[in-house]
Amino acid sequence: MLPVIQICLLLVAPFLFIGIINRVKALWAGRKGSPLLQPLYDFIRLLKKGEVISKTTSFVFQIAPTFNIAAVIFAFLLIPIPSFGSAFSFEGDFVLFAYVLGLSKFLTVLAALDTGSSFEGMGASREVTFSTIVEPAFFILIGTLAMLTGQTSFASIFHLLNSSAGYSVLIEILFTAALFIMILTEGSRVPVDDPNTHLELTMIHEVMVLDNSGPDFAFIFYSASMKMVLLSVLAANLLIPGNIQPVIATVLLIGIIMLSAVLIGLIESLIARARMSHVPQFIFLMTALSLIAFAVVVFYLRGRM
Amino acid sequence: MSWYEIKNLQSAAQKEIPCLEFLTLKRQIIEKISEGCRVVQFFGDKIGNEVILYVVLADDEQSKLFTASSIFSGVNSFESITPEVKSFHLFEREFFEQYGIKPEGHPWLKPVRKGIAGISSEENQYEFFKMEGEEVHEVGVGPIHAGIIEPGHFRFSCHGEQIHHLEIEHGFQHRGIEELFLKNKNKLEFLLKLSESIAGDTVIGHAGTFARAIESLGNIDVSRRAIIIRTIALELERIGIHLGDLSALAGDVAYLTGNAAFGAMRTKIINSTMAISGSRFGHGLIAIGGVNYDINDELKEKLTQTLNKLEEDVELAAEVLFSSASVLARFEKTGVVSLETAKDIGLVGPAARACGAALDVRTDHPYDGFTLFPVHKFTLKSGDVFARAYIRYVEIIQSIKIIRELLESPIDGENKKPLNNLSPNQFVVSMSEGWRGEIVHTAITDESGQLKRYKIKDPSFNNWIAVALAVKNNGISDFPLCNKSFNLSYSGFDL
Repeated sequence: MLPVIQICLLLVAPFLFIGIINRVKALWAGRKGSPLLQPLYDFIRLLKKGEVISKTTSFVFQIAPTFNIAAVIFAFLLIPIPSFGSAFSFEGDFVLFAYVLGLSKFLTVLAALDTGSSFEGMGASREVTFSTIVEPAFFILIGTLAMLTGQTSFASIFHLLNSSAGYSVLIEILFTAALFIMILTEGSRVPVDDPNTHLELTMIHEVMVLDNSGPDFAFIFYSASMKMVLLSVLAANLLIPGNIQPVIATVLLIGIIMLSAVLIGLIESLIARARMSHVPQFIFLMTALSLIAFAVVVFYLRGRM
Repeated sequence: MSWYEIKNLQSAAQKEIPCLEFLTLKRQIIEKISEGCRVVQFFGDKIGNEVILYVVLADDEQSKLFTASSIFSGVNSFESITPEVKSFHLFEREFFEQYGIKPEGHPWLKPVRKGIAGISSEENQYEFFKMEGEEVHEVGVGPIHAGIIEPGHFRFSCHGEQIHHLEIEHGFQHRGIEELFLKNKNKLEFLLKLSESIAGDTVIGHAGTFARAIESLGNIDVSRRAIIIRTIALELERIGIHLGDLSALAGDVAYLTGNAAFGAMRTKIINSTMAISGSRFGHGLIAIGGVNYDINDELKEKLTQTLNKLEEDVELAAEVLFSSASVLARFEKTGVVSLETAKDIGLVGPAARACGAALDVRTDHPYDGFTLFPVHKFTLKSGDVFARAYIRYVEIIQSIKIIRELLESPIDGENKKPLNNLSPNQFVVSMSEGWRGEIVHTAITDESGQLKRYKIKDPSFNNWIAVALAVKNNGISDFPLCNKSFNLSYSGFDL
C-alpha cells in the first residue's frame, strides 16, 4: 500500500497543492479561478518546450534543476506516511533529509550565481540568508522530538511520538506552527516572498531561476511545490496518532495537506508581504516556537526524572 | 522688474513679452522665486541663428503667470540658474540638449533624452555614477522590463540590500512629439489626436490642455455644456487611474484583497467614460471648441448611480486597506520625500500634495469647470508611499463629489463651437491638473496665425527625479513600490 500512496502523492499532490492555493485566492478575489489541475497542465506544457541556456553558464546551471527534483523525491521517501512508515529509514535519517534539501538549495544558489546576473545574485544572497535561519530552527524542532521519544529516525520518532506520555496538545500546536512557518519560507510564499510578482527586485526564489526555461523550469516548479507537500506530510505526522486505522490515517493525511494549501491561500489573500528587512523576524518566529517546545519538553523530562 | 503678467489660458501678444539680457533675466528669476513663485516653463524657440528663451513662472496664490524672454544670438553658453534655483536643473539640461547652448556651472549636465537611447556610434556615451567598495554592487534594470510597462533604464548602486544611489535613464520612448506638432500645424484635428497620445494614461488631461490652448488662440468661447462634460471626463480619468494605482500598490505588496477590490472598481469607472465617448480612456471625447459627445439625462442617471455605489465601495475598501497592519508596515516610512526636497525639485501633483506642497492647478489657476466650482486642496505631510496612496483615496472621493456637483448643475449650450482662425503672433500658456499633476502646454503663433512653437510639459518631467531621491537608503526590494506610488509616464517625459 505504501508505494501506491507515495506514488499518488508524488504525481498529484504538488500540482493540486498549488491549484488549491490559487483557487482559494481566486475565490477570495471574487474570481472563478483557473482549473485545480492548471499547474499540472503548465508542467506538461513546460516539459514539451525547448530550452534556452545562457552561454555564460557552466554545467552547474544545467544539473541544478535535475538535482533539485531528485533531492525532493529522495527527501520525500525518507518521511514516513502516517500508519504506513517510510520507504527506508535509519538512525539519524532526518539529518540526511535536511542536508539533501540543503544541497539542492546550494546547487540552486550556485546555478543562480553561475548566470552572472545581478538579479540572481541578489536572490541567491536573500535565499541563503533566510535559509541560515530556518536550518537551526528545524534541527531544534526535530531534536526536541528525538529527545522526547528517545529515537533518532523519522519513522521511530513519529511511531512513538503520539503514544509517548509527554506529547501534549501544546507541543503539537507549537511544532505544527513552526513547521507551517517553514512551509511558507521554503515554499517562498507570502509573507516571506511573493510568488505572483513580476518585479525582479522584490523576488527571492523566483529571481534565482529567471534564466531557466522549458523542462528545467518544470523541474524547478515541481520541486518547489513538492517541498511544501513534503513539509505538510511532516506536519501530518505530528498530528495523526500512530495507532489509528490506515484508511482513516490516509484520509487525515490528505485532509491535512489540503488544509495547509487552503491556509496558505487564505494567508496570501489576507495579508501583505513583509518588508524584506522584516522577513528574518518572521522566520525567527519558527526558532522561537521550536525553542518554547524544547523548553516544555526539557521541563517535562526533568520532572519525570 | 520687467515681467509680462498673464493668467492661465490668457493669450497675449508675443511682442508684449519683455526681452531681456540673460543676466538680468536670471537675477529677476531668482528674485521672483524667492518671493514664492515657481518655474512652470523654460524653453527655447529657434528662429534662424537666434534662439529665444522663454521663461514662465507661476504665482500660485494670486493665480498669476509671469513671463519673460531672452535672445541668444551667436552665443553658445549662459550662466546656469540651477546652482541658485535647483528646480531649473532639468529645464536647463533640456534646453542644452535641444539648442546646444550650455548652462555654465550646471552641476549635472546629463543628457535628458539622448543619453543611451539617442546616442549614435560616434558620440561619447554618458557615464553613470559609480560607487566602489566592499559589498557594493550595481543592479541595472531595463530598458526592457518584465510586465507590460514602458522602457526606461534604472541603475542602482547598492550596499547590500540598501540603495545608495539610483540613476534613471530616459529617452527610449522619444517620438519627437513637439516636432510633430509643428509638422502638422495645419491639421488641428490631427494635433488633437496627437495630444491624446502624449501620455497614454492622460488622454483627457493632455487633449483638454491642447484644446484650451487652441481655443484661447482662436478666441472661442466654449459653451457651459462642453465645459461641464470636459470636467466630468477629466475627473473620471483621475478616479479611474487613482483606483488602478491603489490596486497596483496593493498588488506590489502582495495584498490580494486591495488589489482585487480596487481593480474591479476601476473597470466600472473607465466603463463610464466608455459610455460617454465609446473609449474607456476617453479618446475622441474632447474636441477643439467643446466636446464630441453629450451626456443625456439617461446617462446622467446612470453615472450618478455608478458614482454613488463607487463612493460606498471605495470607502469600504480604503478602510480595509489603510487599516491593515501588514500593508501599513510596507507603506509607512517607505520612499519619503520631504517638503523641502519637493520644493527644491519642483514636484507637482498628488506626489507633491502628499508631502505638504499645496499645489493644484484646479484651484491655483482654474480652468473649465473649476472656474464654476472651486476645488479644495488637500495635502498630507508624511511624503511616504502611504501618503501618496492615501492622497489618491482622498482625491477619488473629492472627484466623485465634484462630478456629482457638475451633474446636478444645469447644462446649456451646444456641444461644440466652430473653429476660428488662430490670432497671429500670440503666446498662450495652458495649464491643467491631470491626474498625475500639472500639465503645461505653451503655444506660440506666427504672423500668419499658425503654430510656430508648441512646448509640452508632462508632470512626469518634474517628478521622475523624485523617484530617484525617494528610494535613497531604502531597501532595493522596496523600489517597485516607491516607483508605483509615483506612477510616472515614460512617454510623457520622453515626448
